[in-house]
Parts: sequence; C-alpha cells; structure tokens
Amino acid sequence: MAAVAATKVLTGAVNRLQRLIAGGLLLCAGFAAQAAVLPEDRLDILYHAFDGGGVTIDGPSILVRKDFANTVSVSANYYLDMVSSASIDVEVSGASRYEEERTEYSVGIDYLYDRTLMSLSYTNSTENDYEADTVGFGISQEFFGAMTTLTMGFSIGDNTIRRTNDDEFEEEAQGRRYSIGLSQVLTKNWMAAIGIESVADEGYLQNPYRFVRFFNPTSPTEFTLEEENYPDTRNSDALSLRTMYYLPYRASLRGEYRLYSDNWGIEASNYEVRYIHPVGQNWVFEAKFRQYEQTKADFYQDIYEFAGEKTLRGRDKELSTYTTTSFGLGVSYQVRSQYLSVFDKSTINLFWDFMQFRYDDFRDARESLRTDPNTDVPAGQESLYEFDANVIRLFISFWY
Amino acid sequence: MKRLTKLALLLSTAAIFTNGCSSIEPWVKPYERERLADPIMSLESHPVSTRYINHVYESREAARGAEGSAGGGCGCN
Repeated sequence: MAAVAATKVLTGAVNRLQRLIAGGLLLCAGFAAQAAVLPEDRLDILYHAFDGGGVTIDGPSILVRKDFANTVSVSANYYLDMVSSASIDVEVSGASRYEEERTEYSVGIDYLYDRTLMSLSYTNSTENDYEADTVGFGISQEFFGAMTTLTMGFSIGDNTIRRTNDDEFEEEAQGRRYSIGLSQVLTKNWMAAIGIESVADEGYLQNPYRFVRFFNPTSPTEFTLEEENYPDTRNSDALSLRTMYYLPYRASLRGEYRLYSDNWGIEASNYEVRYIHPVGQNWVFEAKFRQYEQTKADFYQDIYEFAGEKTLRGRDKELSTYTTTSFGLGVSYQVRSQYLSVFDKSTINLFWDFMQFRYDDFRDARESLRTDPNTDVPAGQESLYEFDANVIRLFISFWY
Repeated sequence: MKRLTKLALLLSTAAIFTNGCSSIEPWVKPYERERLADPIMSLESHPVSTRYINHVYESREAARGAEGSAGGGCGCN
C-alpha cells in the first residue's frame, strides 16, 4: 500500500513538474520568438496502392491548402482506401475474400498570431463497421534567430467499432495523443529534430473479426479458434530523432531513428536512411532503406494449449515478434513553367517501396488446414509466416 | 520509470531554451542558410505522400507516435 501511495505521489509530482516546464518553455519561446511562416499553398493529387499478403488497397488522396492575408491557412484532405482482402487471417478464420472502403475527410486551419502558429484539425474516417473522429490542436514557434522550432500537439479521438452482420455489436474506444518536438539548425549544412509522443488508448482495442487458435482437444494435430481478448487500455511512448545533411555536392542525406515502448510489452525500433539527388533543374531522385523490428506483446501467443488458457489473449501478427525491411525509390519531375504557367511550380512524382515482412513467432496456420494428408503439417509446427508487399505513390503537385 | 525518462528529456530541453533566452547567439546567420533552404533539405517534402506512407507503417506495425506528421484516427483495424 505504501509503495502504491508513494508511486501516486511521485506521478502527481512529475505531472505537475511537466506542466510547469511546458509552461516555462512557452513563456521562453514567447520572449525569444521570430516570425513564423504559414505552410505553402499547394494542391496534391495522389494515387496510392498497397499490394501484399493477399491484400490490395488502393485509392486517391487529394490535399489542398490556401492561405488568406498571410494570417490564416486552411487545408482539406479527401482520402479513400478501397480494400480487397484475402489475408492470412481471413483464410484461417474460414471467411472468403471481402471488399470494403474507408473514406477519410480532414480539414485544418493554421493561424499565425503575433509570432505564434496555431493549428486546429478535424478528421473523420468511415468504414461500414468503423467510425473514427479526431480533433487535434498544435502550436509551433520559431525562435533563437529562427534556428530552433518548438512544436507541441494534442489530439483526442473517438472510435466506434461495429461488426458486419451483427447489429447487436457496438463498442467504443478513445485515444489521446500528446507530442512535443524540437528542430534545430546545427550548422549551415545540417539540421536535426527530436520528437516525443505519448499515446493513451482506452476501450475496445481488439479486432472483432480476429481469433486466437488452440490445440483441438480431440485431434491435437489440428487447431480450433476462439475470440481474442485484449486489455482495455494501452499506453505508449515514442521518441524519434531525424536529421538532414547537405552533402559537399548538391544532394542530401536524411536519417531517422525511432524508439517505442508500450504497456503491452512491445518494444520497437526503426531506422531509415534516405539519399536525395537532384539532376539538372527538373529531376530529383531518391533512394531509401528502412528497417523496423519489434518484440511481441506479453499476451500474444501463436497457439494456446486449450480454450481459455489465458484470460488476455491475442494472435494479431502485428503483436508478434517480427522485422520489416523496406527499399524505396522515388523520382520527381518539375514540369517546365511554359506548359503550366497558371501555377508557380508543378511536379509529377512516383515513389515505389518494396517491403518484406518476416515473422519470428507467427506461423502460417494455413499449412495445417490443408486436407491433403501428404502435405499436412501438425498445428504449431507450420513454417513461420512471411510476405512481401509493393507500395506505390503516384502524385502531382501544384504550387500557387 | 518512463515518466522519469520523459521528465529528464523535458528538463534537458528546458535547459537548452533557458540558455536560448539569455546569452548564446544564433551561430548560423540568415545569409548562411542557402543550403538549408534548398527543397532537398526539407524533412518532409510531400505532405500527402508522407501522410500516406505513415499510415501504411502504422497499420502494419505496432509502434505508433512521433512520426513527424499528424496522426490519429486511422481506423487501422
């Protein structure tokens, strides 16, 4: 009891101190501020496509932004996912390929007031069985001779989860995000940014269609399914470091590293290196390498001994131990101004990413489902699951 | 422990800014920022594309947060 009380006192003190420091930072920023600028006026029209693991998702995204009187900038984003899925989860649960759509609308307003840039955004995402509303607030300030930018953000999201063909089923989940970021010019060739974000989710956090599997008591070489059961809270912290360096010739290197941990026991990290190389006045080429790895959630298990063995149970492959490796190439072409003189600048861009997902404790359960006795593999001894995916981003951008 | 780590980070940030408020002068002058202003030095050059690829990562990886662009409400399930 004493330990719990001490922890509460410490938590309260830390919270109060964090608020004080954050307030002090704002005050300091206020004194040392330089004029901030609004984001650029531009229109982006994107076609995106993901193809891998039996899932294809594609669709458009349109983002437009316009400022008024150099004081207010408004933005709007329309985004559509058209999903066709026969993923391993769908196959193992015995369901057939399904199609669905997710539509997302976002609107935002940025307001420049006496050297402070404030932003407010609202996002709505709708699927036939999922609805999400998010409101976000951010504040950003340049100071110290415009060498430093401090950003703070807060967002709150409400999610309603339903299940197709089950009118009785309706669950809720809420999420809060707190972030603080700092970017710093280090030399005339080098800048870096650090970011911290905490996310707190509460409510129904699992997928109503996903199951865990356990050994069939009457035929132990086979498995049977039961519903997942996740904790109803999840708190996570992420810390990222990004840096850009201008090389001795006209090209740049971008580095990124992120550390992550949450109270489900998942520890993750990822890093990315990007090389950006312009050629002439009109072309920019880009190459990147990214690697992500994580440990499993405490309650994750590929197969359980018997039904109800664990109260908390999950078999989402995104909660297992695995590594993702990505290679990416991109090219941007700036259209000569005489062809599109109505705009200040126009570009055509194509980015392709090749992603490899390699799971360490998520097995390909489809192997033990086969009916052919020659290829039958006992449950729990299937090969480890892996798949590759191609991700395409094709977009045009206009500045005005 | 995590709270303490966060507090330590916040404190060191505060220390940097307290200095920023007083004596240290900006050491990269405005006229020395030609390279930093080059579009190839932008951390995120294409907002619509960055937003999408972050969504791809967030819906297929457990880690979330500190992506460097607006997140949330992704309906990733």
